Amino acid sequence: MSTNNNQPTTQQFKGEYEDTELLRFTTAGSVDDGKSTLIGRLLYDSKSIFEDQYDAVKSASERRGEDGVNFALLTDGLKSEREQGITIDVAYRYFSTPKRKFIIADTPGHIQYTRNMVTGASTANVALILIDARNGVVEQTKRHAIIASLLQIPHLLVCINKMDLVDYDEDAYERIKEDFERFSSKLDVSDVNYIPISALKGDNVVTRSESMTWFEGPTLIYYLENVHIASDHNFIDNRFPVQHVLRPYNDDFHDYRGYAGRIAGGIFKKGDDVLLLPTGFTSKIKKIDTFDGELNEAFAPQSVSILLEDDFDLSRGDMIVRPNNKPVVTQDIEVMLCWFDSEKPLQHRGKYTILHTTNEARCLVKDVRYKLDINTLHRDQEDKELKMNDIGRIVLRTTKPLYVDPYRKNRITGSIILIDEGTHNTVAAGMII
Amino acid sequence: MDYHLNHLRELESESIFVLREVAAQFENPVILFSGGKDSILMVYLAVKAFYPARVPFPLLHIDTGHNFPETLKFRDDLVEKYNLKLNVGSVQEAINEGKIVEEKGFNASRNLLQTSVLLESLENGKYDAAMGGGRRDEEKARAKERFFSHRDEFSQWDPKNQRPELWNLFNAKKQYGEHFRVFPISNWTELDVWQYLSLEKVPLPNLYFAHEREVFDRDGVLLADSEFIVKKPEETESIRKEMVRCRTIGDMTCTGVWPSTAVTVEGIIEEVATTRMTERGGRTDDKRSDTAMEDRKKQGYF
Repeated sequence: MSTNNNQPTTQQFKGEYEDTELLRFTTAGSVDDGKSTLIGRLLYDSKSIFEDQYDAVKSASERRGEDGVNFALLTDGLKSEREQGITIDVAYRYFSTPKRKFIIADTPGHIQYTRNMVTGASTANVALILIDARNGVVEQTKRHAIIASLLQIPHLLVCINKMDLVDYDEDAYERIKEDFERFSSKLDVSDVNYIPISALKGDNVVTRSESMTWFEGPTLIYYLENVHIASDHNFIDNRFPVQHVLRPYNDDFHDYRGYAGRIAGGIFKKGDDVLLLPTGFTSKIKKIDTFDGELNEAFAPQSVSILLEDDFDLSRGDMIVRPNNKPVVTQDIEVMLCWFDSEKPLQHRGKYTILHTTNEARCLVKDVRYKLDINTLHRDQEDKELKMNDIGRIVLRTTKPLYVDPYRKNRITGSIILIDEGTHNTVAAGMII
Repeated sequence: MDYHLNHLRELESESIFVLREVAAQFENPVILFSGGKDSILMVYLAVKAFYPARVPFPLLHIDTGHNFPETLKFRDDLVEKYNLKLNVGSVQEAINEGKIVEEKGFNASRNLLQTSVLLESLENGKYDAAMGGGRRDEEKARAKERFFSHRDEFSQWDPKNQRPELWNLFNAKKQYGEHFRVFPISNWTELDVWQYLSLEKVPLPNLYFAHEREVFDRDGVLLADSEFIVKKPEETESIRKEMVRCRTIGDMTCTGVWPSTAVTVEGIIEEVATTRMTERGGRTDDKRSDTAMEDRKKQGYF
């Protein structure tokens, strides 16, 4: 890894960074599929590994008696991870090019870490799925793709890695691509792309491969820099969960009552008619306020304060929406639930604390419809016990109404977590159906 | 109109959301203020998050007694400007009272002593959330840190048993006596911080800009000379004046300085964008072992 030909120059950083977009992507993989090598290369080639980090990793590799520089040591930061040579937890990595800033949620790929994959996937725009060209589509590949589909990651990028070990053979690439296509047609994914790469040799990562001239698609970095993410937010259905109420109580802002929050969907404009949940009253937006001044309109995911024409007393957990476009107001929700707790499985008829947007309630597990085999998509209606890393379809009854959208329509108003009332641990995450 | 935020505005929006979540979910939160750019950024974002109301958190500064005088002056001005409340935990007082014992020798630093003073200050103030300016890009153990990081009754961090954190749903539930560390600027990189401070024209301590100062070499790091550092004869010999600036600001005994000519934030951005060393590369406290940061974090360090 000594080439360094995509260094952003100072000139490019100056002035242009104000237009730089943020892209979050997730990778999942095990020690052997070259994930660490790929991340190492992306960081190194974008000049995001520094000399002292590189030196530290190099000398740590030498101490461990390894040949060459083991980039896994760069991402596996915890003592126990280094001792066991595995990634246990989600690690966040950062690099940028003049066009975009990237956040990688680097997660382990083994089935016993499904919960970490789900965590990393929850905020990602792109899922990068690595396939070893020698092995093709394996169980782990399917698992990653199924999780990406369940978590509704908008874009899937399949990198067929280690092409150098199959002589850069186009047929090998095509076979794997067809295999994956056949499998992914059963999933809820719309945008899938394929790139043959060699992370180790650098083919099609940052520079085009001279050994695979038959491939006419983009390089990995070109894809990441250009994939269209502007419409990954929902701009249609206006949703504003009230997070906090701002009441300055001083002479300059005597009757000021600002509803602070982060827009979860849609575009709010000054003067808009709005409907308030749970009361059902209507009002108009008097002002959209920020420290930097008033805005005429604001959109997801901006953090703003909304002031209303009428003097209603909203509080945290309430929601501001449009009169003719309401979320579902319900105490009965059905979710795809991923169970996280290692101590106790999901308790049938069990009671948990549920968090949804800025709302909090209690809930009862009414029914487990089925358990999903995340390697085959098989729905098991016999064994319905959800243990750690299991995913199933669950019916919940909440103590008060929540204002929900299907997760497919909105990842913010469509997601929940469950908290154990004894240990206070986060024991499950759910996507509303 | 084009409905997208650039990366700095998206990070800003995320951090404001986290700060408001802290105000809504905790009873007695506090901002840990070090005087460095990251804690200045955090205070600035808090001012934005609660405008036009006052920042609903006090600041807590753990004063090692070895601070750059410029840091203290800047801190007091900031507190006055935004009408904040400041609490100080003093390492010197704890030493005087015999609660902790000062390290001795050439590499002596009060960095580790800060932890016990910090924990005592948090306990005395009955704080249930302490916000820090830690960023995930700083160090490999910090890369695995949550926004809401749960600490047990002994303030310990258990990295293998962290609560999963999904979407923007933050679980602040805790048992009596436990508390949280919260990191609102987790996703910012050093470059993001500088670009944002430049964009927003946020005032910064002069230490960040190139200035002439007496410096000497230690283990390949350039340190600012001060009476608080015990020097070897050859280190005393190497003392000289150079144009330098700080990339991080901490205790004078462990904060390295860098040769620099950057006298503006734009100059700093240019330097950061082209540098080949991490900012903590100048921190002798991180160099004690490969997992120095993880070890300190487990005990309750920032």
